[in-house]
Amino acid sequence: MSIDLSQFHQIFYEESYEGLDSMESCLLDIDCSNVDMESINTIFRAAHSIKGSSGTFGFKEVAAFTHVLETLLDQIRDGSRDIEPDHVDLFLQSVDCLRNMLAQLQAEEPVSTEQSNELIDAFNSILDGSANSESAGQSECVKSELENAGSSAETSSVASDEEGGESIWQIHFVPDENMLRTGNEPLRMFRELRELGTLTVTALVDRIPEFEGIHPEECCMGWDLLLDSKAPKSTIDEIFEWVVDDAELTISEVAGLFDTSVSVEGVGNVDSENDVNAASESITDQEPIQNVDVVASEGKKNTPQLPQKTPEATSIRVGTDKIDSLVNLVGELVITQSMLGQMGEEFTMDKLARLQEGLAQLEHNTRDLQESVMRIRMLPISFSFSRFPRMVRDLSRQLDKKVELVLVGEQTELDKTVMEKIGDPLVHLVRNSLDHGLEVPAERIAAGKSETGTITLNASHQGGNIIIEITDDGAGLNKERIRKKAVENGLIGEKDILTDEQVNDLIFRPGFSTADEVTDVSGRGVGMDVVRRNIQELNGTIEVSSEEGKGSVFTIRLPLTLAILDGQLISLGEQKYIIPLVSIVESLQPNAEDVNHVAGGCDVFKLREDYIPIVKLWEILGVEPSTKELSESLLVVVDAGADKVALVVDDLLGQQQVVIKSMESNYKKVEGISGATILGDGTVSLILDISDMVRMAGAYHQSSKVVSINGRHRAA
Amino acid sequence: MAKILAVDDSASMRQMVSFTLQGAGYDVIEASDGQEALDKAKGGPVDLVLSDVNMPVMDGISLIKNLRQLPDYKYTPILMLTTESATGKKSEGKAAGATGWIVKPFNPDQLLNTIKKVLG
Repeated sequence: MSIDLSQFHQIFYEESYEGLDSMESCLLDIDCSNVDMESINTIFRAAHSIKGSSGTFGFKEVAAFTHVLETLLDQIRDGSRDIEPDHVDLFLQSVDCLRNMLAQLQAEEPVSTEQSNELIDAFNSILDGSANSESAGQSECVKSELENAGSSAETSSVASDEEGGESIWQIHFVPDENMLRTGNEPLRMFRELRELGTLTVTALVDRIPEFEGIHPEECCMGWDLLLDSKAPKSTIDEIFEWVVDDAELTISEVAGLFDTSVSVEGVGNVDSENDVNAASESITDQEPIQNVDVVASEGKKNTPQLPQKTPEATSIRVGTDKIDSLVNLVGELVITQSMLGQMGEEFTMDKLARLQEGLAQLEHNTRDLQESVMRIRMLPISFSFSRFPRMVRDLSRQLDKKVELVLVGEQTELDKTVMEKIGDPLVHLVRNSLDHGLEVPAERIAAGKSETGTITLNASHQGGNIIIEITDDGAGLNKERIRKKAVENGLIGEKDILTDEQVNDLIFRPGFSTADEVTDVSGRGVGMDVVRRNIQELNGTIEVSSEEGKGSVFTIRLPLTLAILDGQLISLGEQKYIIPLVSIVESLQPNAEDVNHVAGGCDVFKLREDYIPIVKLWEILGVEPSTKELSESLLVVVDAGADKVALVVDDLLGQQQVVIKSMESNYKKVEGISGATILGDGTVSLILDISDMVRMAGAYHQSSKVVSINGRHRAA
Repeated sequence: MAKILAVDDSASMRQMVSFTLQGAGYDVIEASDGQEALDKAKGGPVDLVLSDVNMPVMDGISLIKNLRQLPDYKYTPILMLTTESATGKKSEGKAAGATGWIVKPFNPDQLLNTIKKVLG
């Protein structure tokens, strides 16, 4: 029976990543002067599990590497060695290395062993350091582990080669009286021997006591066996493997033919050993310095690479309580349905009130069920937060800053897809806060603050949204510098009057950061436009507030799920469309005198102090509006990335939650449309992709040789 | 068909083991640590116990010791799944009452062969 082991790979990856995560968090908590044995045990168990499973599933590189890791951990665990800060660093590097190896395996790429081999060397030198007598054995051990993992198939074929000559084996077997208590059964062994050939059994009864002395749980017999078989001695040894230490056992070959394959076996062994040596030589021959590279290179490389590298996982682990509640709700739904069904069979008007009650019940059930199903995709945000302690530790060491990371609301739940996509922006923001926000200890003391800076990640629910705040108590945004930079880059004019919020908001503008800004540590603005764009793709928003000298707060607001959207229903001619509520700033009826025609064909609208380009949706969508007269239409001001624009619509209908149906999976990607939904009356309505829409409006105007509206318009 | 209690904290190993055994027609009860296994064992006898050694909550050695105290499990074959090639864990397991051991890594065929031999 052959079984395809690859079907277990996905769960192996999942549990291994989980194991690595718990290893990492335990390692980060370890205080070398006061070691908590339980965390050492947890770390050991994780390494041990990964070793066992990876070996079983044939990932020999991972198995060989975890073996050394485990050896050192075992010594720490049994108290024969104290854990040192260097060990912790090494273990943490190993966690990274294993993550990379797993990611490579998962992506079905060849596994690079450069880093792991270096770490193996580092571990071996620690292991050699104390136990000189073992030193030779350790590296041998690793090699043999590799060899074992690699050649198990080989050895079995060697074993079968051995068969050939027929021998007669004499076996004398007198087990310990306790044998039965370990569940070992002599009959089982005899049955196995019989499978190997012809077996003759003679019982030895001399040890059996008088009847009164017989204890039923003890084995007082012995046996002499004669086996006529082609099997090699190793096969016979194997049968007695579990009892050999507690029994009188001799196995001798009393007769047999010459067996030529023995020498073949010898040659085979020598060969494979040579291979291994050659292989390990060639490994050490390769350029050595991966390790140095990791330390010296930009922090980017040091951050856990897992999220970018692994393909999006397709399975999800769900707590049984969620499944239970789902089953429960389906049960209620079935009851309501049968109640309504029964009523329908013999309906009379006097039952109308009960029918309405039943329908209300049905609606209630459906809503609960919907929420429950949504909850299945929800994971606590700790999955995303968990990478930060490590990242902050590494980064603060690198930057010589003292940082305390505070995580609040880790149990806040968030849709799995949103969680996966928010990871990178969060990393970016935390790095930024650490790198640019927090000052070095000397500066902090000079500013009258405590030497250790604090970065707080706080997640909470607010209505149908999740709010994530990244707070630092650093220097805050330097408004003067931001202004200067923005003027330099042509984002604002020198004399423009901006509120503090508007100045802060400039850091999210594309074009604010420049190439040399990336290495400039003193100002913010490194790729913040990308962060904002990523968050907007999730239908979310990001804002910053800051006080100079006190610190900054970045606030991210995200929908709980990508499957449901709060939408504003609008009408345009015959059609109804949905605008995501999150992008709407305000809606208003324009006064004719506030609308100006700018040279080139684009209209702008004066909203208080700002001039906002007007986007005529009918032009882009190609529908006939009920009126083309702006003063009779409504303007919906939306936040589209860097700019606000006003969309012209016929009418605002209602606000409602809509379930998003993907256009791509049902039809194809349509520019300007992010999805579709089915309205209460059964009609299909398209959901507008606001940033796409604005870009298209820009292109529309450009194609008619008009200046782009996708820039900033100032009253000129 | 024979009933087997498979104990391992690693979900992938557990799945692999039970898939293999079920494929061969055995009834499999799974447990993810010693305590869970002990609780399930108390629910009724099984024909064979396969247990990992290193597990949280209750490790394999304690599980074997505890099982041997139960009247139903006095003679039940118990096999340890162990990566320890060192004799330490084996003899510890033996002293606790284990029937034998299977060394990890193993492949499904090896597992089935060993189990067939024990169950006859």
